[in-house]
Amino acid sequence: MGTIDWDAVQTADQVQRGEISAAECVEAALSRIDNTNPTVHAFLHVDADRALARARFMDHNLTRETKANLPLAGVPVAIKDNMVTTDMPTTAGSKILEGFRSPYNATVVELLEQAGAIIVGKTNMDEFAMGSSTEHSAYGVTRNPWDLTRVPGGSSGGSAAAVAARMVPLALGSDTGGSIRLPASYCGVFGIKPTYGRVSRYGLIAYASSLDQIGPLARSVRDLSRTLHLIARHDAKDATSLDANTILEAPIPTALQSLRIGLPEEYFGEGIDVRVRTVIEKTLDRLRESGVDLIPISLPHTRYAIATYYLIAPAEASSNLSRYDGVRYGLRVVGDDLIHMYQNTRQEGFGPEVKRRILLGTHALSAGYYDAYYLKAQKVRTLIRQDFDNAFEKVDLIVTPTVADLPFKLGERDLDPLQMYLTDIFTVTTNLAGLPGLSQPIGLVDGLPVGLQWMGPPLAEDRVLSAASALEAILPSPEWPLSGGIQ
Amino acid sequence: MNLTEKEVRHVARLARLAISSVELSEATQALGRVLDYIDLLNELDTDAVPPTTHVEAIETVWRQDRVVPSLSPEEATANGPQVSSQMFVVPKILDGGEG
Amino acid sequence: MTNQYEVVIGLEVHVELKTQTKLFCGCANGFGQDPNSQTCPVCLGMPGVLPVLNGEAVALATRAALALHCTVNSYSKFDRKQYFYPDLPKAYQISQYDQPLAENGHVTIHTAAGKRNIGIERIHMEEDAGKLNHLGQRLGDAEGSLVDLNRAGVPLIEIVSRPEMHSPEEARQYLVELRTILSYLDISDLRMEEGSMRCDANVSLRPLDFTGSLADLPRVEIKNVNSFRNVQRGIEFEINRQRQMLQTGQRIIKETRGFDDASGSTYSQRSKEEANDYRYFPEPDLPPLVLTEKWLKEQREALPQLPDELRQSLAERGVAERDAEVLVQDVNLYHYWSQVVALVSDARLVTNWLLSDYSRLMNANNLSFAEPKVSAHGLASLLSLITAGTLSGKMAKEVLETMFDTGETAEAVVKRLGLSQITDHNAIKEIVSAVVAANPAVVQDFVSGKEKALTFLVGQVMKQTKGQAKPDLVNALLREVLATYA
Ligand SMILES: [Zn+2]
Repeated sequence: MGTIDWDAVQTADQVQRGEISAAECVEAALSRIDNTNPTVHAFLHVDADRALARARFMDHNLTRETKANLPLAGVPVAIKDNMVTTDMPTTAGSKILEGFRSPYNATVVELLEQAGAIIVGKTNMDEFAMGSSTEHSAYGVTRNPWDLTRVPGGSSGGSAAAVAARMVPLALGSDTGGSIRLPASYCGVFGIKPTYGRVSRYGLIAYASSLDQIGPLARSVRDLSRTLHLIARHDAKDATSLDANTILEAPIPTALQSLRIGLPEEYFGEGIDVRVRTVIEKTLDRLRESGVDLIPISLPHTRYAIATYYLIAPAEASSNLSRYDGVRYGLRVVGDDLIHMYQNTRQEGFGPEVKRRILLGTHALSAGYYDAYYLKAQKVRTLIRQDFDNAFEKVDLIVTPTVADLPFKLGERDLDPLQMYLTDIFTVTTNLAGLPGLSQPIGLVDGLPVGLQWMGPPLAEDRVLSAASALEAILPSPEWPLSGGIQ
Repeated sequence: MNLTEKEVRHVARLARLAISSVELSEATQALGRVLDYIDLLNELDTDAVPPTTHVEAIETVWRQDRVVPSLSPEEATANGPQVSSQMFVVPKILDGGEG
Repeated sequence: MTNQYEVVIGLEVHVELKTQTKLFCGCANGFGQDPNSQTCPVCLGMPGVLPVLNGEAVALATRAALALHCTVNSYSKFDRKQYFYPDLPKAYQISQYDQPLAENGHVTIHTAAGKRNIGIERIHMEEDAGKLNHLGQRLGDAEGSLVDLNRAGVPLIEIVSRPEMHSPEEARQYLVELRTILSYLDISDLRMEEGSMRCDANVSLRPLDFTGSLADLPRVEIKNVNSFRNVQRGIEFEINRQRQMLQTGQRIIKETRGFDDASGSTYSQRSKEEANDYRYFPEPDLPPLVLTEKWLKEQREALPQLPDELRQSLAERGVAERDAEVLVQDVNLYHYWSQVVALVSDARLVTNWLLSDYSRLMNANNLSFAEPKVSAHGLASLLSLITAGTLSGKMAKEVLETMFDTGETAEAVVKRLGLSQITDHNAIKEIVSAVVAANPAVVQDFVSGKEKALTFLVGQVMKQTKGQAKPDLVNALLREVLATYA
């Protein structure tokens, strides 16, 4: 076992204790990136010099006492490329932001660095987080480390692949309809989308503002806890940021049988790949064997979630992406006059999926359609929330598959956007309801990972993390891909 | 609800996208399919349901009226594709511009 | 023919609020700074930024709403109004659409037919846009424009009147009264020439036999006129233009028109029939604004005395209605007036002096009562010298002019010029007796009934006293002495 096999908590512990230097951790990560990234293409940008300089600074200038107060001391971290950084480029996977350099750092970036984390680079993603496969990046696809012919899921595919391939122990992703949990499931890592408002969105390039949340991806539940403990803080720069109790630094040991866990029938119906179903059922059996009472519940409006999501998210996106107009930053394509400059810039700067969603969202908000589309979707959103309110009167947590199938082949769903949209069917509901959702790897089938999703009431991250940690303890240790490196 | 190319062209103009005729017909088809799917929502009677604009139960978040240092004009315009006299340059504006 | 139509005018007034910072970021809200020196990632619309509402802007907007008799909504929200323009960095303006801050107020105007309330439909908050400097002469000729975002994000309120004005004069009165009321709140500079107050006018002609909704009439919007006078001129022009069109059987189209100062005419800018679809939707980045009773009460208590109250109290103090109006319409003048009155207490004397001699001096020197040349204290001591009889009105005028020029106090001027009225009864009587004795012929004229002769004798006494004798005293003493000759 080398340092790249360690999770973030172990890495920080070793650095704090002086067993290993931060620079050694960062060097190991950088060398792993050198080996695997050319094939996996998880990173869009790696800043080895900056990372090493920061690590060496920590090694040479910080006392052991100071390091002991840095919960992520020396931990190499990857950041999804839709969180702005002053020292590295930020593109959100789009050509329209090529060459852009942010004059400020995202709040999460500041918080991680204050905690001693060493940011090594920015990860690939579907352009503006619109996609479920990381194929819709202007800078090339990311490959699934378990099978390089398959997608890593998206839109935080670069972050998930980087963690799975052990380039870094920890990465940040963002989740609007499943963009952390889906790639976590496809890549066999842990990922959590917190309650809406838990983590500051200041510096997160907006896709759909009422749904977006930042969260960590890692190879252990305790890494998720520690990271959320640090980044889920109230931020005066985000008016939607919640001022709530801090998430505990480590999951509290919980007896699973003390929890009432609900199984929503709508998430176990038709359309689930039988191989996925087998692995999920096996895990549910393990839970039953440990004395957990799995309670059948119903979330009746689940079947409307995708339709609701594909009105609200594109509508907000169409507005959020209007600022990319070639005036103040990013790409400009010349035109004879202002309007042609706008049109040429946006036409060339945005990829096809982004343009599709801008058109859809603009249509949903346009005169005469607002009530039928956007307003209707907001009302159904209320019904979806109420489903959860009702369910959480009966159960403490809900368990579902994270995604109905296994990672698909690159290019397989290019032709049919709707098919791609349906990939998110089990994950979008928590975004619409603003709830925490965690994807946990529960095993492999045909060499591909399967994920289980935990959903909890608002602000119940501690409960979700405790349950996931308890399950983690009774399942065999997860495996990691590319153990022999890339052939 | 059926979507026409004319409507998509109108929406593209609103969104300042100069889409090609090939893209136009592709987009019309793709969006038409998505909108057909979205018709699903009409199964639900939502007349009495209030809309959710914010999932959180928070309100009235405001700050003190205290000045925070601004960027320098150089920093503010550092990313500008075309800058002159520390201002962003845009091409000539025809027809009142907005339209 | 001219009475076939009723003129219908509605005004939309934008007022920039005088906060320290912008509406959604901490950049300073200043005027006339270096281009793009008051910008930050938020007001530049950089990727990833979020707005945070300025509480003081809400307080100022609320006070305006209360002063204009609006109902302040305990629940309001923000919406995005979307359009592309280089002065609008995010390509949407954060505004309030269907649930504005306040509704249903009014402004009272005084017409020939008496007082009338012009309804205010709504007041909402929004952010201002930046500034474009066009490189050519006119928009169409320009090779391009330069974008300065210092003003982008400055807090504004938009005050939307109901279409209840029926003449350019009524529109002017509405604007004057609106500005007067707002001036007492001290929430804005209210300078039309600097754009801190802006007005768009909606003008339509309603055929008298038209019974449909006003909203169905083709409405012409005159945009961004830079003075009250030009609002009036623009409306006048527009009424005539529309009337002529209707009388020659042409159709009025709904459109936005600009105003050309030089020719006094309006010109077509953009047809509203292909107008923008603003795609309003609730701003997801800002939670709704819920104002508590307690907070609203604090705002109500922070309101100063407003023009209507002031008019009443001026009337009670015996100030003539016309004078009161002049005082009330200039908040600085009014504040100056009340400071002087607090010291002198003769409201009519103060009013007369302020509105005649002092105002004349101020106007002649192009000064505002915001920075009075002679302090309220200074004027009060001058006026006290009049009430005490030390100075005659004529002398006081001279003293005031000197004070104005040299900055001396009234007492200093009086002393330096040796100007003080002789009020000593015996001293004057001595001179009177001497004058009477020296002019027996004139005395004879007076005794034989020529009243005019008295004027000559008064003049003689004044001459001998270098004008410092108190005229009414001189008069009385002369009659007293002359009575002995009868
Ligand atoms: Zn700013």
